[in-house]
Amino acid sequence: MSERSTLFDFTLGLGDDALIAAQRLGEWTSRAPEMEEDIALANIALDQLGAARLLLTYAGELEGAGRNEDDLAYLRGDREFRNRLLVELPNGDFAVTMAKLFFLAAYQLPLYTALAGCADERLAAIGAKARKESAYHLDHASLWVKRLGDGTEESHRRMQAAVDQVWPYVHELFTADPAAPVDPATLRADFDAHVSAVLAEATLTRPADGWTPGGGRAGVHTEHLSYLLAEMQVLHRAHPGARW
Amino acid sequence: MYGNDFAPPEDGPGGGLLGEVEAAEAALREAAARARRGGPAPDEDLEAYFADVIDADQKIEPRDWMPEAYRKTLIRQIAQHAHSEIIGMQPEGNWISRAPSLKRKAILLAKVQDEAGHGLYLYAAAETLGVRRDELVELLIEGRQKYSSIFNYPTLTWADVGAIGWLVDGAAIVNQVPLCRCSYGPYARAMIRVCKEESFHQRQGYEILHTLAHGTPEQHAMAQDAVDRWWYPSLAMFGPPDGDSTHSAQSMAWKIKRFSNDELRQRFVDMCVQQAEILGLTLPDPDLRWNEERQAYDYTQPDYDELMRVIKGDGPCNRQRMEHRRRAHAEGAWVREAAAAYAAKRAEQQKEKVAA
Repeated sequence: MSERSTLFDFTLGLGDDALIAAQRLGEWTSRAPEMEEDIALANIALDQLGAARLLLTYAGELEGAGRNEDDLAYLRGDREFRNRLLVELPNGDFAVTMAKLFFLAAYQLPLYTALAGCADERLAAIGAKARKESAYHLDHASLWVKRLGDGTEESHRRMQAAVDQVWPYVHELFTADPAAPVDPATLRADFDAHVSAVLAEATLTRPADGWTPGGGRAGVHTEHLSYLLAEMQVLHRAHPGARW
Repeated sequence: MYGNDFAPPEDGPGGGLLGEVEAAEAALREAAARARRGGPAPDEDLEAYFADVIDADQKIEPRDWMPEAYRKTLIRQIAQHAHSEIIGMQPEGNWISRAPSLKRKAILLAKVQDEAGHGLYLYAAAETLGVRRDELVELLIEGRQKYSSIFNYPTLTWADVGAIGWLVDGAAIVNQVPLCRCSYGPYARAMIRVCKEESFHQRQGYEILHTLAHGTPEQHAMAQDAVDRWWYPSLAMFGPPDGDSTHSAQSMAWKIKRFSNDELRQRFVDMCVQQAEILGLTLPDPDLRWNEERQAYDYTQPDYDELMRVIKGDGPCNRQRMEHRRRAHAEGAWVREAAAAYAAKRAEQQKEKVAA
């Protein structure tokens, strides 16, 4: 595989992670537990969407087939999407959403930080911008994991259940890819350090490793993704070639 | 970020209104610089002092004495305004997941986020009058306080997002720009900030419609259909005709309200006619025409019986909007309780640390 095509795959994968995460977070709009959180979740969704647009635009340029961000977002089927499974899981209750965001941000922060120093100038610029946002997302999610974990009995129970439910999907984030500008396997130590500290402070138990579902980067998804795409793409696909 | 895609304010709709907001902001600064005399003399009649401040176009601030009815009117009006921002997230939020391009999705997310921010800002202004936000939220959820009737209409197509921006936000700005000069300082200041953002949203909505109206025949039809459905509900946003408006006279005397419902509605119609022409869309009123004598457009009044039915709870989406709000509030209760319990534990630990 050529270097350019490796770079395309890598960039597209990161763009898809951010796009699908944004789509899920956007579903919370007007449904959050408090108004401040409505604003925060929309804000994080907007950051993820912003990163997705930069990454997909660049992926389209690397591919050289004339596809722009909207072609890539709206005109690919679920077998062509490259996002990790974690981001496509349904929102569940607020604890599940926070568990997903917490693990995603704890992965994206070291990822974008490493990307900021990589040799590819475009990716380095995107990483430099996105890591600042990821740091905010990680703060926000960490605080909620602690509040819920060490809040009431009910919230502790729900937060632990959410962490247990989502944990298996964490491993896919770190699947080794030595040819990529940043090999995800090298990010695991940072992730573990932060996650262990927050879980301990939140009085939560880190789940044992066992089942490790994967396949997102190969376009083999959960049953959830094609429903998400059906909704996201319906209007765009109904008007081929239209401008919006 | 996304603002760069749009024409500068003087070229777009709402440009003149934005100028009025800026003038109101300058007037507010001047009023503050004129420094009100330092409160009533010990033996002065409080009502007379209050009337003096209003007459001099100066601002009433939270610590000032004010008639109980003035306080109550403001609480009701500001709270209902805040509720409208919160309920108003729903009709537009309905299209976030299906927005037809990533750019439009980003703009819409940012807009709905702004609305939540306006809600918070307005609740904070209401709280300066001695009421708590959670009490007001309860009143909304129990259906004892209203929100704007317009949000009880459904968003059936993407073009509705454009029509809401252009017509609904447009009507809101026409309504709210005079409130930037309202006699109650915290409300006036809130309105200045809100109007600036609303004016931006209105241009975004206008731009959505402009793109659709100049797009494919299907897109044009979608835009026209949305304007057909949103025109009269938007006109009704100014409230009942002057003859039937119950709160108007007192609110005008207190300088909470500066113009009558019908005056503002006329201003809105006059503004929209030209903009519709540029859009290449038709306003759904066969009797709309320029009246040389009045120097204003004659237009067909909205159906005020329908307005009353919607306000009373029988519009197309009243039940759905309230149910959505109640469910979000109820399903979030355990989260709010957790946050309170966590904060209490931290405060307790802090105390122990200090004591040790």
